[in-house]
Amino acid sequence: MVHIKRLQEEGADIIAVVGEIDASSSIELDLAIAKSVGEGFTKILVDCTALEYISSAGLGVFMSYIEEFKDKGVQMVLFGLKEKVENTFSILGLAELLHIRPTKQEAKQLLNELSV
Amino acid sequence: MNYQYNIGCSLSNLKGVRDFIRQSLKGQDMSDVEVSAIVLAIDEMCSNLMIHAHHCNPDHILELAVTTHSDQIVFEIVDSSSVFDINQFSTPGLDNLVNEKRKGGLGIRLVKSIMDAVEYFSRDGKSVCRLIKNVH
Repeated sequence: MVHIKRLQEEGADIIAVVGEIDASSSIELDLAIAKSVGEGFTKILVDCTALEYISSAGLGVFMSYIEEFKDKGVQMVLFGLKEKVENTFSILGLAELLHIRPTKQEAKQLLNELSV
Repeated sequence: MNYQYNIGCSLSNLKGVRDFIRQSLKGQDMSDVEVSAIVLAIDEMCSNLMIHAHHCNPDHILELAVTTHSDQIVFEIVDSSSVFDINQFSTPGLDNLVNEKRKGGLGIRLVKSIMDAVEYFSRDGKSVCRLIKNVH
């Protein structure tokens, strides 16, 4: 259902999410983010270019880290959302609470600005 | 047109729910984004029922039905639980969800935002959740 890959670039941890995130698979996303934070990364990029679907369970994972990231000084930027996926974030107004950029380059740029 | 699909209350069956809804909406003059929103709302309702009313027991069955009309699409989820009425749940504010680091509570907001009406009633001793989407 969902396949998550992690790779590191220029000090940032890139979490690539492939497939669909629903109530049965959101734990995979949660574990990947927790692992990234646990390994000490303070710059996290979430690559959503191959994310086909996300339900509230997946959105809830992102939401649940907002406070923890503030406390720990972790910055996270999502990029590459398909229109149908971005619409789900917009319905709930999450686009205002999370950092979302169209491309990887723009996401990296924002990440660097936020990390200063 | 009328489409029907029965599934056991296992979260691994949610993909089947989404495929069924997408298939049912194929003939509709709707954008990919509109279809995805409806698929999302039904997924949210089914996962809520599976988790909260049926404790993910795969032997418990949800009966899904989709009926398309010229001006609206009617979705029904029928089960044998007591009525699980999301209208009785307050919709948590986003700030509360963030502060409490809660992973749940967003689904109800989504369903209410996407659907034009959510109704509950009993029929033949079963609970029916009816979701209505107006189409133009």
